[in-house]
Amino acid sequence: MNTINDRTRDIGPFVPADDDDMLICRCEEITKGEIRKAVHDGMWTLTEIRRYLRTGMGLCQGQTCSKLVKSIVARELGISPAELEPATSRVPMRPIEMQVFANEAKEDE
Amino acid sequence: MKRYDLIIVGAGPSGLSAAVEAAKRGLKVVVFDENEKPGGQLFKQIHKFFGSKEHRAKVRGFVIGQQLLEEADKEGVEVVLNATVIGLYQDHEVVVKLGDEVVHFKGDAIVIATGAAENMVTFEGWTLPGVIGAGAAQTMMNLHGIKPGKKILMLGSGNVGLVVSFQLMQCGCDVVALVDAAPRVGGYGVHAAKVARTGVPFYLSHTIVKAEGETEVTGVTIAEVDDRFQFIPGTEKHFDVDTICLAVGLSPMSQLLKMAGAKMEDNPRKGGQVPVCDEYGRTSLPGVFVAGDVSGIEEASSAMIEGRMAGIVAAEYLGYMEETDLDHQLKELDDALDGLRQGMFAPKNRGKAIETTEEGIEISKNLLKHGFVSDEEIERFPGVTHRVGVHPVMECTQNIPCNPCQDACKKGCISIGSNITSLPIVVEGSECINCGMCVASCSGQAIFLVDEDLGDGFASVTLPYEFLPLPEIGTKGKGLGRDGKVVCEAEVIQVRDVKAFDKTSLLTIKVPKEYAMKARFFQAV
Repeated sequence: MNTINDRTRDIGPFVPADDDDMLICRCEEITKGEIRKAVHDGMWTLTEIRRYLRTGMGLCQGQTCSKLVKSIVARELGISPAELEPATSRVPMRPIEMQVFANEAKEDE
Repeated sequence: MKRYDLIIVGAGPSGLSAAVEAAKRGLKVVVFDENEKPGGQLFKQIHKFFGSKEHRAKVRGFVIGQQLLEEADKEGVEVVLNATVIGLYQDHEVVVKLGDEVVHFKGDAIVIATGAAENMVTFEGWTLPGVIGAGAAQTMMNLHGIKPGKKILMLGSGNVGLVVSFQLMQCGCDVVALVDAAPRVGGYGVHAAKVARTGVPFYLSHTIVKAEGETEVTGVTIAEVDDRFQFIPGTEKHFDVDTICLAVGLSPMSQLLKMAGAKMEDNPRKGGQVPVCDEYGRTSLPGVFVAGDVSGIEEASSAMIEGRMAGIVAAEYLGYMEETDLDHQLKELDDALDGLRQGMFAPKNRGKAIETTEEGIEISKNLLKHGFVSDEEIERFPGVTHRVGVHPVMECTQNIPCNPCQDACKKGCISIGSNITSLPIVVEGSECINCGMCVASCSGQAIFLVDEDLGDGFASVTLPYEFLPLPEIGTKGKGLGRDGKVVCEAEVIQVRDVKAFDKTSLLTIKVPKEYAMKARFFQAV
């Protein structure tokens, strides 16, 4: 675990690829190249990637892209996707309008 | 805050099964589901299920869904739909979005049965309208009655890809190709064979290069891949399609458990992030249980048994039954689950290349590479025999846990024996009365009734037929081989459609007798 987050490790330079402009996170319109660059900018965990780029923060809440993002980051770091800690899960689990989220049901009793 | 003995998240096969078992033992149970209809994936499953009687084999998925709902209703389970669980907190507090409010509930025990979500793969053009998940295609067809497209390419040869391809054809779509990057068909051979004999070509060791089109899918290019999954230049093939269906696996939707603080693991064999749990679904959090795909991707049949187990251990956890009764009550389910986890496709065999059947017969290479057993290979399997008069020909060539055919024949012509994964055999000296029950009971549509010599140079082949319109007696057409290619002229001489067949119609075609063991599908001209 610790070796994965050892930021002194050299992962080499960012090498542009033909498919860098392919969309990965559709909701937030983040491309493969942006994700790969983010790793080279120092974002080595999925939580950091998420905060940096907003991948998985859109309408589908990462239902479509989280596994894709994970494999791209893992490949860039030269590790297996299973070694990457998944991003934090927190409330609300599903997209919800703020007015609903703030509307706590009144207790009957 | 409203309290329940047991709160279940997800009204799919495992959630409903858990609810029924818990309610039977006296628990006050509520099931929340975010969808407008209950049943999870069950109501999209129009095919007959595999297994044995206790797994509800040969019953169609949506009927199992109806049965489960009725049982839940009878036991007094409250099923709340359009209820999105947005959070699971400490002390079993469940927060649910209901209408335009957020409502808090507390359960003395919790069962998480949230199932799984479809995986996606990326390729040039994968975000074009027309690229859809296989589950989405099923939802459109089987829940909403909408045809997903006209010409479709399916990526993925697991059971989902195979079953959905067949359903797409049933609803009138043209499936132009079934493609998989893996070198072998991933799903059951019988599912592949029923797709292949209708004429769908299989492209194993191939994957999608790009989806074509400006504003929507108008075509697709696939190419062969080498053993490192790299494209081999010059192998590109183009298809005109309006829809590309992706059936590339599922990932457990386990976020609620992670949020609640359950110990998690990343287990590729279970499909991704899953809670660490024991064989009955007890997680690291006391009183929080899991069942179904959320704890590891498997079939709906296993999910239902896991659900029942979770319902029982939850009841015991809350003191609704004696601990001493627990082992006894779980034993039967242990055995049922164990039965389902046998054979070539058992979780323990995932990813292994199997060379021979349990009987020591070399498996069909052609089936794994092209989706059908070749004419030469089929003769070596025990269900394929030759006799005078009508007799069953069982083209069942892989060890899968399934045995409805054995019970279907009242004359005792078919035997699987006590080992549920054994290949069916034709019993020596038994007499086939041409009733057709075996043909209709085979969930894999792999049984045919053949009379190899009608006396006039012709033979008859009775085959399962689940397409509309049903051809009439006297309809002339072509006999298709196992590979879906035309092999001979054929004429429909009998059409049977009785209630006991449960919507699997039986078509009997007359073919020149040299094609008795070759013609396996009928195409009207």
